[in-house]
Amino acid sequence: MFASFMANAWIVATMVAIVAGIVGFFVVLRRAAFAAHVLPLGAFPGAAAASVLGGNELLGIVAFSALGVLGISQLQRWERREVATALWLAVALALGTLFLSMTRRYSQGVYALLFGEVFGIRSALIAPVAVLGAIAITATLVLFRPLLLDSLSPELGEAAGTGRGRIELAFLGVLALCTATALPVVGALMVFSLLVGPASAARFLSDRPLVALTLSVVLSLATVWSAIALSYLSNWPVGFFVGVLGGVCYATGRLRQRGGPVPAH
Amino acid sequence: MTDAAALSVAGLGISFSGRQILKDVEFQVAPGEFCALIGPNGSGKTTLLKAIVGLVTPDSGRIAVDADGSGGTSVGYVPQKISLDAHIPLRARDVVMLGLDGARLGVPLPSRARDARVEEMLQAVGAGDFADRRIGHLSGGQQQRILVAHALVRRPRLLLLDEPLANLDVRSVAEIVALLRRLSLQYQTAILLSAHDMNPLLPVMDRIVYLANCCAVSGKADEVVRTEVLSRLYGYHVDVVRVHGRVVVIAAHEPEEIRAALARDPVHTAEIP
Repeated sequence: MFASFMANAWIVATMVAIVAGIVGFFVVLRRAAFAAHVLPLGAFPGAAAASVLGGNELLGIVAFSALGVLGISQLQRWERREVATALWLAVALALGTLFLSMTRRYSQGVYALLFGEVFGIRSALIAPVAVLGAIAITATLVLFRPLLLDSLSPELGEAAGTGRGRIELAFLGVLALCTATALPVVGALMVFSLLVGPASAARFLSDRPLVALTLSVVLSLATVWSAIALSYLSNWPVGFFVGVLGGVCYATGRLRQRGGPVPAH
Repeated sequence: MTDAAALSVAGLGISFSGRQILKDVEFQVAPGEFCALIGPNGSGKTTLLKAIVGLVTPDSGRIAVDADGSGGTSVGYVPQKISLDAHIPLRARDVVMLGLDGARLGVPLPSRARDARVEEMLQAVGAGDFADRRIGHLSGGQQQRILVAHALVRRPRLLLLDEPLANLDVRSVAEIVALLRRLSLQYQTAILLSAHDMNPLLPVMDRIVYLANCCAVSGKADEVVRTEVLSRLYGYHVDVVRVHGRVVVIAAHEPEEIRAALARDPVHTAEIP
């Protein structure tokens, strides 16, 4: 499990877990879980396009993530948040279908992009993932207080002058970076479970924002490391364990909730 | 008062997509004054408060808020009906802290001066007992105290509250009103508070701004809340009735409006006996 060919898996998965733990904390607080589902899924056609054109896959993902951010935030001016998000997914998947129909040698690649390919990570991927991840983490920590205030109440954020539209756009940008970091590693479907599972548990375990954020990273790391180990030992897919352990995180957090269950009022 | 007013609004006009909300609204609030903003639903109370905060751009007129010289905002704002996520990992104390530095960039570093300021504010609003509890687990009245502390912690010269008494039980209403009166005297903060019922505020208000029919009248409560003044404002006859120290403004011609609406809608008219 710790053989040299596994080194890339451990390194990249660790980076992805840290980014997802931090960004996921705000995904859950900002009720942006749907966007966290749609941006990765809407970015995978970018990889398909890159394959058709013979370009760089990660570049295709970054380009489609960026298009997703611009598309969703533009549509949000006219539509409710979840409708805007869904409309982008419809367009992106349509393009994905088209691109996939143009290439034959891609079915295995599609599977990897949807469900991840942790054990097949090339060394060339480490540096770009590290750079994109570092930008996503820095941006989230710089925007920490405005994001927190806007998550508490958009009205209070607006009154403090954080600017609702700007915060939303900036956060979608961070989410897109996180997508580009994690998609080639854990796959479009599993990015989502990693963003939501650990973070949703962490907010039950502490009522201090920075502690909860740290716990989100810790749970995310535990999820990813356990998933890789279990997958190696069982030969079952990594994605299966990431998803299941995300659920386990939530259940544990819910049961160990500080201050007991929420009183009705 | 003109120069020293905490808030002065002149000739204010606001319309949304062609519909006039406020027209030529004019009033002033003196420093430390407790001012009630009263009016029926849809009279533009929220729009007026948002314009003062700067969230709505007026079509015409002038809003001047007395600057405190610090360069920062000198308006504190408690919006209407904030629905807080029960699970958000924030203590009451963190919410007050975000009132101080919520717009700043970066992760908050430990600061004794900041903690002391937050602690003082928590004590001032009587939140010492629940300062370390999760905000989503507090009662409506407790949350309202925390939101007041959030808005006041920067010591603004003017505090705006949008319907802070709605959805509170009678006892919490009395406690919040008494708290706000004390805070406005203690910090010399002018308060402009909107409500649809003026009665809980009658014992504490220095001034009333009454909004109706897009316009405003302001002055002492017993000068403004009078049949002839409000009839002129509404543009039709209203009755101001005083019962055991309470005031009721009967401005509704709802029965006539509803009959007229029913008459325009033949399907429903047929079903009404």
